[in-house]
Amino acid sequence: MNPAEAKRRRDRLMQFLVPLVLGVAVLGAWEFLVHFYAVRPFVLPAPSRIWAALLADLPSLAASTWVTLSVTMMAFFLALTGGVALAILFTQSRPVEMALFPYAVILQVTPVVAIAPLILIWVGLENITTALLILAWIVAFFPILSNTTLGLRSADHNLLNLFQIYGASRWQVLTQLQLPAALPYLLAGMKISGGLALIGAVVAEFVAGSGTGTGLAWRIVESGNRLNIARMFAALLLLSVMGIVIFFAMSGLQWLLLRKWHESAVRREN
Amino acid sequence: MPRRNVPPDRTRTPVTSPAAKRPLVALEGVSKTYLNGTVALSGVDLAIRRPEFLSLLGPSGCGKSTILRLIAGLGDLTTGRIEWPRATHDHRGRPQRDLGFVFQEPTLMPWRTVFGNVYLPFRLKGVSKREAAPRIMAALERVGLAAFAGAYPRELSGGMKMRVSIARALVTQPSVLLMDEPFAALDEITRHRLNDDLLALWAGQDWTVVFVTHSVYESVYLSDRIIVMAPRPGRIVADIAVDAPYPRGEAFRTSALYNECCRQVSAALRDAMAGHEHEE
Repeated sequence: MNPAEAKRRRDRLMQFLVPLVLGVAVLGAWEFLVHFYAVRPFVLPAPSRIWAALLADLPSLAASTWVTLSVTMMAFFLALTGGVALAILFTQSRPVEMALFPYAVILQVTPVVAIAPLILIWVGLENITTALLILAWIVAFFPILSNTTLGLRSADHNLLNLFQIYGASRWQVLTQLQLPAALPYLLAGMKISGGLALIGAVVAEFVAGSGTGTGLAWRIVESGNRLNIARMFAALLLLSVMGIVIFFAMSGLQWLLLRKWHESAVRREN
Repeated sequence: MPRRNVPPDRTRTPVTSPAAKRPLVALEGVSKTYLNGTVALSGVDLAIRRPEFLSLLGPSGCGKSTILRLIAGLGDLTTGRIEWPRATHDHRGRPQRDLGFVFQEPTLMPWRTVFGNVYLPFRLKGVSKREAAPRIMAALERVGLAAFAGAYPRELSGGMKMRVSIARALVTQPSVLLMDEPFAALDEITRHRLNDDLLALWAGQDWTVVFVTHSVYESVYLSDRIIVMAPRPGRIVADIAVDAPYPRGEAFRTSALYNECCRQVSAALRDAMAGHEHEE
């Protein structure tokens, strides 16, 4: 093993170890201080108690995780297909873009918490999943739309000229030039959008309120009301894990699709 | 239509058979004014023959790149016509332009391999990969990159990318290769090598190169005919023949004929710039 390779491995190990050591230290201090000052569990439960609550309520918490995860994934999927389709429409037709883009921006800048009650009334509390989906979709789709639009426009102009010289159809230009050129932008949008879909799902669940929710967000509200702070933390932990998994899934996808050709996914050679 | 003969100092009549006397591409009274009012070209007459190695030489703003783009069918003429007397025409009367184009940048698709990039002209015409493969490999062979068929553009040097771009332009065996300052961004050593390789590709073949450059030496070394252009508005001011046999090598670069041609072309360029000195 040459020295450069050894250094790289050491760096990678440290990158993993340093945050881990910090995390363990903080958890240890937390556990110690809670016991040392005899903090009441409904103010701040010790990590060991949170872990116990997680294990004890695992079946019901897992079911709630599934509810939130499925809303998040569906909203993300709809944001992806809707955002890409709309972006393609925008780049194919200037009038469509002029007509729709301002409304896409309005949808984006209006806080989702403010729209939520309206959506809930329209959709009806009996269709709560649909309402959650719509709300999570509103939050998640804009990064996909704006990034993909930018990406489709960023195709090299001389490559466009070349396609024209060879008599390419609009469809060929789209599928063989504009979409591949937009892929890095789309993937960057998906990375943002994946996290936003989760946030949208959680916020929507909070707003949907009592009795209807079965997802993790509602479990947090419910546990808070019952002063079961340990379970609150357990649900929160599951939400964080979900967000992290989504983030790494997107990063993995990005690496998988771009590693061969895009500068962002290629290690610098010097 | 009467044809204005631009060159007063034209010394050579090309030896061509009667059938080949019809030009490959004929520009007649071509003008181009951009929407912002810039007159890029004004009243350009030019007959491009087959075969020949033709250079368009001039300072920036003289419209040499514009001519190339108009020949390729990119953008509309303001006035005049561009005819392809030998080409077949489609049902709407448009000529089936049979050309390859090389830009100043290699202009490769980074997400495709070298092979995939050279396959592009065939792919857009619906030719299967298997059917096109022998011709693609032959084109890569000719530019010396057969071993790199599976590489991605980012793995190649600037000169190699340019070779891929040339292979892509030549893979359909077009009757004319249009090159827009193709080697301007490369270092001098690479440029000289690519010049020699380009001449080797062209020598003895029955096709035409139209080569845009702002280098007197490059144009004299490569061309058998040089069109000197002047700016504002872009127009042709001289048509100079370079009567040196191919293949040309280092010996030509140091010959008296080369020096004489460079002197003659430089003088024409200087005349073209008279009155524009303050702008350069």
